[in-house]
Amino acid sequence: MKAIKYLLVGLFFGIVLTKCEAVSWYRIYEMFQFQSFHMYGIIMVAILTGIVGLQIIKRKEVKDIKGNPIVIQDKEKGSVRYWIGGLIFGLGWAMVGACPGPIFILIGAGFMSVGLILFGAVLGTFLYGVIKDKLPH
Amino acid sequence: MNFYFCRKSIFMEIITHTWHWAISGFLIGIVMLLLNYFGKVFGMSSNLRSLCSMTGVGKRVPFFDWDWKSQRWNLVVVLGAMLGGYIAVHFLSDASNVAINPKTIEQLAALHIDAPNGRLLPDALFGDAIFQSPKMILILIIGGVLIGFGSRYAGGCTSGHAISGMSNLQIPSLKAVIGFFVGGLIMAHFILPLIF
Repeated sequence: MKAIKYLLVGLFFGIVLTKCEAVSWYRIYEMFQFQSFHMYGIIMVAILTGIVGLQIIKRKEVKDIKGNPIVIQDKEKGSVRYWIGGLIFGLGWAMVGACPGPIFILIGAGFMSVGLILFGAVLGTFLYGVIKDKLPH
Repeated sequence: MNFYFCRKSIFMEIITHTWHWAISGFLIGIVMLLLNYFGKVFGMSSNLRSLCSMTGVGKRVPFFDWDWKSQRWNLVVVLGAMLGGYIAVHFLSDASNVAINPKTIEQLAALHIDAPNGRLLPDALFGDAIFQSPKMILILIIGGVLIGFGSRYAGGCTSGHAISGMSNLQIPSLKAVIGFFVGGLIMAHFILPLIF
């Protein structure tokens, strides 16, 4: 029963991302051509909502569902991994017009060819795990 | 009765049209906050690491020898998202969807990529015919490799860095997001035109 809330949040996420068309290859292409505000609007409002929500959580010391304090760990310090890793991710994002969330959502929606992207993404993750220690971070 | 059906159809019309960016952005922010309330952190790409670990490869590659079972909740989120995608595409869509900029459609036509006409993905890149084209198969796999490798190297993707990290005012996430867009712009403006 504990799992059902995650299933419902995921269901909601899948519907929102599909209905705002953030899962659409066309929307990602249009965004990188600066020909629409749509995707930028989605990302900015999501971040703004998150900032306001997290500030409320921090200032009012809101507890989580189990009554524990909500603590969100800081990201590790560093630069190289974020610049280079981010750049590589961006190349892939614009190449196939999907990021990890939409990859799963599109496969669920029945787009079989997106399975090739998932195969590649798992392979890429595996590759990183293998050569991780040789990379600058 | 008539009034009831009339109201219902207006409701369905709102649902089946493209959702406004302000509403959608707000709802995505709420998804992240809900997961925080459940004591979790919103991030989709770590599921790719879990998928690797599930194969048992952790015995050989230490990076995959971790407590992925503690991340099973995230795989359940993915399952829900897949279901949500199915419902949204099959029951909550209409022909008015994906109304992108006419200029974008013109540009795509020059690259021999079909216009959306209500669909999320172009046939030229995702239609069944691509399985007969080694070039297209390779493009999708290589794109996936870049996404998987890059997101793990950067420690997150659009959800983990752009939404979760930026909402928490993390400088590393800002660097990653700038990287996402620089990479994306290079691909969209300089590399994609060479590929198509």
